[in-house]
Order: sequence, then C-alpha cells, then structure tokens
Amino acid sequence: MKLRLPFAPLVALRFLREGRMQTLLILAGTTGGVAVIVFLTQLITQLQAQIVDRVLGTQPHVVIRPLEEANRRAFDDPASTAVIEPRAQRLRSVDQWENVARLAAAMPGVTAVSPTVTGPAFAVRGQANKSVALMGIDAERYRRIVRMEEYMVAGRFAVDGTRAVIGSELAKDLGIRLEDKLRVALPNGRDELLQVGGIFDIGNKDLNRRWVFVTLPLAQSLLDLPGGVSNLDLTVADIFDAQAIAERLQGATGLTVDSWMQTNAQLLAALRNQTVSNNLIRSFVILIVALGIASVLVVSVVQKQKEIGILRAMGASRAMILQVFLIQGALVGAVGSIFGSLLAFGLLNMFSAIYRNADGSPLFAAELEPRFIVLAALVATGVGLASALIPARRAAKMDPVQAIRS
Amino acid sequence: MSDAVIELAGLTKAYNVGTPVETEVLHGIDLSLAQGEFAALIGPSGSGKSTLLNIIGLLERPTGGRLSIGGRDTAALSEAEITALRGRSIGFVFQFHHLLPAFSALENVMMPAIIARGAPDDEAEATALQLLDAVGLKAHAHKKPAELSGGQQQRVAIARALALRPRLILADEPTGNLDTHTADDIFALLREFNRQTDCACLIVTHDPRLAARCDRTVRLVDGRLAADC
Repeated sequence: MKLRLPFAPLVALRFLREGRMQTLLILAGTTGGVAVIVFLTQLITQLQAQIVDRVLGTQPHVVIRPLEEANRRAFDDPASTAVIEPRAQRLRSVDQWENVARLAAAMPGVTAVSPTVTGPAFAVRGQANKSVALMGIDAERYRRIVRMEEYMVAGRFAVDGTRAVIGSELAKDLGIRLEDKLRVALPNGRDELLQVGGIFDIGNKDLNRRWVFVTLPLAQSLLDLPGGVSNLDLTVADIFDAQAIAERLQGATGLTVDSWMQTNAQLLAALRNQTVSNNLIRSFVILIVALGIASVLVVSVVQKQKEIGILRAMGASRAMILQVFLIQGALVGAVGSIFGSLLAFGLLNMFSAIYRNADGSPLFAAELEPRFIVLAALVATGVGLASALIPARRAAKMDPVQAIRS
Repeated sequence: MSDAVIELAGLTKAYNVGTPVETEVLHGIDLSLAQGEFAALIGPSGSGKSTLLNIIGLLERPTGGRLSIGGRDTAALSEAEITALRGRSIGFVFQFHHLLPAFSALENVMMPAIIARGAPDDEAEATALQLLDAVGLKAHAHKKPAELSGGQQQRVAIARALALRPRLILADEPTGNLDTHTADDIFALLREFNRQTDCACLIVTHDPRLAARCDRTVRLVDGRLAADC
C-alpha cells in the first residue's frame, strides 16, 4: 500500500524539496531559533528552580508568629500630646498555637506544620563560648519543613531528652565531636548540659554556627515559655502559592504571617527580571524566525508563479493554493522544532559538562522536559503557519493567466 | 444547439476598464463549438487569440457578452464554481507544455484528478498510465519533465489535458516550438483523441498547414471574427 498524500501536503512537500538550498537555509534558521529558545528556557527554568530550592531548603515557606506588642494610650485625648515609645519585643508564645496549627494544617495547599521554640543562648565549652540560636523542635515534624536528614554529616537528626543536633561550624569552633557534651547558657540564668547526637552541614556557614536543635519541652523550659511555641513553620505544595496562603492564614488567625516571598523579596524580583529578559529574548528569536520563514516563502511564491498558474488552470482553487503555502510554513516550523530540540539537547549536554559547581557536580542537569519539546513544536508550527500567511495569500490571489505568462 | 460545448454571444473583453488607457481587445465575438468539433483558431499576433482562448478556458472573465460552457451561462458563477467547472470540463495544452517540474510525468498526468478528488487514488494512476501509454510514453512515466525531450513533454501535456476526459480541449500553439516532424505527431495525437473521445478541440496555431487539416478554421483579426469556414 503506497502512502498517498492529499493534494496540498503533496505539492507543499515537492515545492520544499525542489527549492533545496532555500529549504535547507530556512530549516537551519528555524532549527537554530528553536534550539536557542528551548535551551534557554530549560536552562533558566532549571537554574531558577535550583536557586529557589537552595534558598527554601533552609527556611519554611510560611511562618506564623505572634503579633508584635505595641504601646497604646489608655485615653485618646486629642488635647494633649504624648511620646509613645516603641516597646521592646519579648519572646512570647503564639496564642493557642495548637488550634492555630490545626487550622493551618487543614488549609488547602499546606503540606506540613511544625511548631518551633527559638531563642538566644550561649554554647559554652571550656573557656570558649559562642552565641547560638536554640531551636526547640519536634524532629519528625521539622524534617518536613527543612530536609535536615540530607544535611547530616555525623549522627542522626533526632532530639531526645538532652540530646541535641548542632552545625558543623559550631562543632569545629568548640572542638566537639559526636557524643561530646556541650553546655548551653541562657540570658535568664538557666543552663543545661547537652549531648551532641548529630552534626549537620546545611551549606550556610552562619546557620552551621548558630543552630542548636533540642527537644520542644527542653527549649520551652529553658526559654521560660512552658507549653508555648514562638512560631509555627509551614510547608506548602506550590511555593508560589505561599503568599496567598499566608494572607489567608493572616485573615483567619489575626497573627503575623510571613511567606518566603516577602522575606526574600529581592530574590523574587531577580527571578522575575530574569523571566522577563528571557521572554524578551524568546520573543525576538520567534520574530526573527518568523521573518525568515516569511521572506523565503515570499521568494518561493514568486519563483513558483508559473506552477501556481498551471495548478489553477487545472482546477485548483485559491484555497488549495493557500493551503500549499501554509503547509510549507507549518512544515518548516515543525521539522525545525524537532531538529532544534535535538540541538538544544546537545547544547545542554555540552554546557552541563563545561559548567560545574564548586563541588564538581554539574550546574544543571542535561535533560529536556518533554513539555518543552511539545511546546516548542506547537509554537514553531504556529509561527511557521502565521509567517506563511502573507506569502500564501499572495499566491492564492495570483491571476492564473498572468502567472502562466510570466 | 443543444450539443454546443461552448457558445459565445457578443463577447467583449477590455483591459484597464474605467481608466484613460482602456483598451478593448475583443469586440463582440459570436462563436459556438459543437461536440466533437476540431477547430483551428488563427490570426496575426495581437489579434486577441490568446485572450479569447483564456476567456473560453475560464482563466479570464469577459467584460461583456455571454459565455456558456456545456449550456451553462458562466456569468452568474462564483469564483469557486468557475474553478471547479474549469478543472472538470476543460483540458489545456500550452505552448511551452507547462508541466510541473517537481513531479514525474505520471504525477503530472494524475494532477487534474488529484486536484478534482483531493488526493491521488488508484483510478487516477490507472487512467494516467493508460494515457501515457496512448501517447507512447509509458516507459518514461517516472521521469521528470526535465529528463524528457520537447516532443515528449508536449505528449505528457496532452495526456494531462485528457486526464479527466474533458468535453473541451484548448490548445495554445501546442506545436509552436517543435520541429515539423514532431509537430505533425502531436497534431495527429490531438486529432486521434478528438475522434476517440468526441471532445471539442480549439487549437490556436500559426501554422497554416496544420490549420488546413482541421474541420474548421476560425480567423481572428483585430479582435473580430474575420472568417469562419
């Protein structure tokens, strides 16, 4: 059984095959354009995801805190003036935090809630002491906020009784190894002897120096916050929903609720700028590819005048001629997108082999998401079709007599 | 005249209508061609032969007068209907064969059927092969036009004109650029098909020798019928 193409694709293919050099050139142009777009999109998507992942790897997506305390005048007397001093913020618990935690956990989009008690302390060993942040947590729940088990360099991420987990920098500063003892002293005079059950390296020296994880009850008693928590940490399913969820929680609880998008506004702005510039580049590339396809087809219409006239004389309608040239544009776009995706894959492989992180791992993975290929194919075919529109209409409008005489 | 394939009454054609350079090239032509008739259209250069042929072939529209093809008045037909009527009932043979260079001889002959039915099919291929056989080119069916001689190209063009068994064949100097011997062959071929299929033929020619071998000679001078015998 022979493959028999209908009229329009049959003629379109022959015309493309006949204009060999032109077809090759425009195909090369389309391939290059698609490759640039796919490569750039894949690269920037990956890098952005990595940056976000790295930043959010060590912080909760949303944090619920008690409202700040403020001084208010008992009588608001407009006849007198007063200086209201801002109040120092003492460590306080989230009011009815267990109810708030339940409410937050039930909110759609929230995947984890972890209560935390955090306050300042000193880590003391021998003559040395370091200022640290005491973090009272439930290890199981906290793990769903920050994937601590991935960062452990010694021991396990587990707190129990007086067993604690500290960072690698603090361990180095104080000369502590696994199962060594460490005293924490608090400004209120309390202190406690901890046993180090785990050491982490979270990839941030400051945090490696400051974080000391203990159990929730121990931190509560040391920080004079019995039964209370200083904040609730949340993880959300889609990180870019964080702000909306934070606003909803704020409305529901009346507490201070911050999302990572607020605390990292600069990062977000940088990511947005990158996306905008990427879109700009993509738009220009698409425009140039479209102009390329259009100009080659315009020339092709002029070259094929006589053939168009002959086809029209044999009964081909204007619509049929229109289709012949539209299909040529779409074909160039579609085939260009296949080659372009392959080229982009090659480029990704090459660049991921050249550019590496400090630790030698590739800066980005040499993989191409199928959705980008499908998207590129759709866009390229669409652009091909659109750029063929003007030449195709010219061809369809051609007067057969003039065309044959030419 | 129920068996008239074409019927022209007071047909005029002017170019640049409504502008200062308006020129009328055909001034009221009355002509009819019956089924199976084999007529030559002769006349000096610039007499309007080609224009007349293009109008009869529905490639151009007349400015005035009436043109019926197969008893159907064409004035009221839409662009799409004209195109369909042209494809179905008229076969063209041009002076410079006008084959599609990107397609083989066989595909060129199949093309009218492909256009009429939207896609190639077995019937179109069988008919095309039969026609190529009839013009003696079955062995060259898969060659591209550029690989064929001038006479062979014109034979392919004749086969193509006959592909849909049209009721009317219009030929614009089909032997114009061929040597005498080949021209005779081509002419004989047209004549043979005319007898076989009973289609009407209107052939523009400069060659009085060929015109003499037609059933009828229509002479056009300055856009008017000067003789019809």
